[in-house]
Amino acid sequence: MNSKEIFETIKSDCKSLITEAFMGIDIPTFVVEPDSLLEFMKYIKKMPQLSFDLIADITAVDYPNRAKRFELVYHIFSIKNAVRIRVKTKVEDGGSVESVTSIWRGAEWLEREVFDMFGVTFKNHPDLRRILMNEDYKYHPLKKEFPLQGYEES
Amino acid sequence: MGIESHLGIITTSLDKIVNWGRKNSLWPMTFGLACCALEMMVAASARHDISRFGAEVFRGSPRQADLLIVPGTLTKKMLPYVLRLYNQMPEPKWVIAYGACACSGGIFNTYNVVQGVDKVIPVDVYVAGCPPKPEALLRAIVMLRKKIEKETLKDRV
Repeated sequence: MNSKEIFETIKSDCKSLITEAFMGIDIPTFVVEPDSLLEFMKYIKKMPQLSFDLIADITAVDYPNRAKRFELVYHIFSIKNAVRIRVKTKVEDGGSVESVTSIWRGAEWLEREVFDMFGVTFKNHPDLRRILMNEDYKYHPLKKEFPLQGYEES
Repeated sequence: MGIESHLGIITTSLDKIVNWGRKNSLWPMTFGLACCALEMMVAASARHDISRFGAEVFRGSPRQADLLIVPGTLTKKMLPYVLRLYNQMPEPKWVIAYGACACSGGIFNTYNVVQGVDKVIPVDVYVAGCPPKPEALLRAIVMLRKKIEKETLKDRV
């Protein structure tokens, strides 16, 4: 299946889970609610024709003016079809999302990085610690209000 | 050396002999933090030949090293380990801050980078550059040798 077919398949199969779906400028993109994220991810992993079996990246974007300010972005690759898709979900400050480590084990460190940099927590994550900053660090440096030089004097 | 505390009178000729020995066997520690470390490795290669100054014996253990070359960006997460390595080095010991990041934080004026290694450990020679050429490291070693020549045993009791 090419990315156009995959887009149509997912769109028709998961109508109730998706809030928004568009082709994007590069790859198919789907916006889902945090509550239906896990179900959606399970579907694209388990569905034999799709088999999105590689989690390429999890990151987040901070839009400080929005009520749900963090937009989590998942990039998932299907080795079978050689197609990538993007899944987005929106969370409020200090909010939490269901972890996808039960689906892709490789998501563990990616989710730790999002937690470290943005303060978004992941439910049912096996080991949610900071990964880049030292463990007693108090802040989440990629939030927009965080000053470049940090709060403590260097 | 352990003898300096037993000497009532420090003779200048003893200083000369000891300093001669120290400056000609500056053993650096095998240690690198960032891209500057590659330039440091090049300085040990045949073309630049750091062994002209007796400084080619890169030791794998801080307990055998005299010279800590800090080549690269010191992040705050790496800081405790650098401090531990420095504290494990026996006296006498010297430090070269190699490159802009080690001297002042360089371009990384950010929350995660130590703004110069001299904030945490005493530095003898600063080498500017991003990264400095291997020749700059050789010059730093020459400067350090001159500095060692001027030391007396009394300074390091």
